[in-house]
Amino acid sequence: MIKLSQRLLGPVTLLALALTFWLGLWVTPPDAVQGDLVRLLYVHPPIAWVALYVSFGTATIASCLYLWKRTRSANLDRIAYCAMEISVVFIVLTLITGSIWGRPTWGVWWAWDARLTSTAILGVFAVAYLALRRANDDPALRARRSAVFAILTAINVPIIHFSVVWWKTLHQGASVLTSTGQLNVHGSMLWTMLIGFVGFTLLFFWLLRERYRLEVKRDLRVATTMDEALAQRRREGV
Amino acid sequence: MMRVAWLVAAKDLRIEVRSRVLLWQVLPFGVIALLLSGLALGPTQAGASSSGPGLFYLVTLFVTLLMINRSQALENAAGTKASVATLGLDPAGVFLGKALALTIELWVSGIVLLAGSVLVLHTDLVGTLHALPSIVVTLATLAAAGTLYGALTQGGDGPATLLPVLTLPAFAPLLIAGERSFSAALHGGALWEWWVIVVVALAAYTAVGILLYGVLEES
Repeated sequence: MIKLSQRLLGPVTLLALALTFWLGLWVTPPDAVQGDLVRLLYVHPPIAWVALYVSFGTATIASCLYLWKRTRSANLDRIAYCAMEISVVFIVLTLITGSIWGRPTWGVWWAWDARLTSTAILGVFAVAYLALRRANDDPALRARRSAVFAILTAINVPIIHFSVVWWKTLHQGASVLTSTGQLNVHGSMLWTMLIGFVGFTLLFFWLLRERYRLEVKRDLRVATTMDEALAQRRREGV
Repeated sequence: MMRVAWLVAAKDLRIEVRSRVLLWQVLPFGVIALLLSGLALGPTQAGASSSGPGLFYLVTLFVTLLMINRSQALENAAGTKASVATLGLDPAGVFLGKALALTIELWVSGIVLLAGSVLVLHTDLVGTLHALPSIVVTLATLAAAGTLYGALTQGGDGPATLLPVLTLPAFAPLLIAGERSFSAALHGGALWEWWVIVVVALAAYTAVGILLYGVLEES
């Protein structure tokens, strides 16, 4: 059953994304106010959802579990690393799609807005996480430091989420669901957006699985190379 | 924990008093950076006083980076780590002690930079005195965060270059909150909402430091 779901993950992801693009570009009507610009909103919020919540959430949970001695394992460190790496890609995509939408709507590619600035800061944090990992060669030390840094970084996520509530921002507040739980989007627009959320979430898990496999192979290769080097030195009688 | 904190803070401060790195290297750098900031803005804008809080905090961040590297270098001196491990010092106490020493050093540099800001950037003296409590807390928060991030970078490749990459994004909200509360003290406006950010950050960094500093020092 698990094998089957793993095999299906790729095709289902591609199907959901294809459906999102087809519905978003051809089936849904233009918005009364935004016109065709609304079509960008079928991808921007789902990408931001993956960047801020899914990937950062995965990295933070994996880091917390790594620091807890009972559950400490190299696999959790790998998951946190891979999730953070994917997060960098999605944060960049969030900023790019947001900028493309912002230029015709606000008249500028970038505004010093609380939501935009805090998201950019999170992007720098994610890059800093990768820099921190590269600076440490000892796997155990690297894993511990990265886990602590990931937890410190995660403090930024609620700040980004509530930035539109705490400060007066150019970025709009909650658009899909209001604070009272009422839906703001309806009909084919709602379905397209929901399929987009599912598609991009599946894309994250697909990428995570593939990246994790690559990381396991890389670690294995490093260990094998080390063993071979030691064996060769022994043969040389050093 | 508090006994260890006092011990470590006293040790760091004693080394600082004897070596005088703060006096002869860090403070001159801060004053030069403040002058250069004024020169970069030009005489009209630099003397308009509204740029004072922003420039003060920007220079303070650079000074903080130097101080963090200095503070962590003391821990990496030959035999220090082994001594700490042999003595079985509580890591939470070590964190608090280092953060406390760094806070005091930042307060000293803050006084010099504020005086420079009043003299060179024409920041209003009475407004600056009103801003003092918020500056005191913001500098303590920078010290707590800096101690934690400083410990993350030590022992790896290029700690001096890695430190700004890790800390500057974390310092950005503190820079904004500190600058806004300083500006509010000078020109009027909402002061308390920026205070809350700094106080919450201080509590969060202190709590995380107490909980996780030991993990970073594990061998």
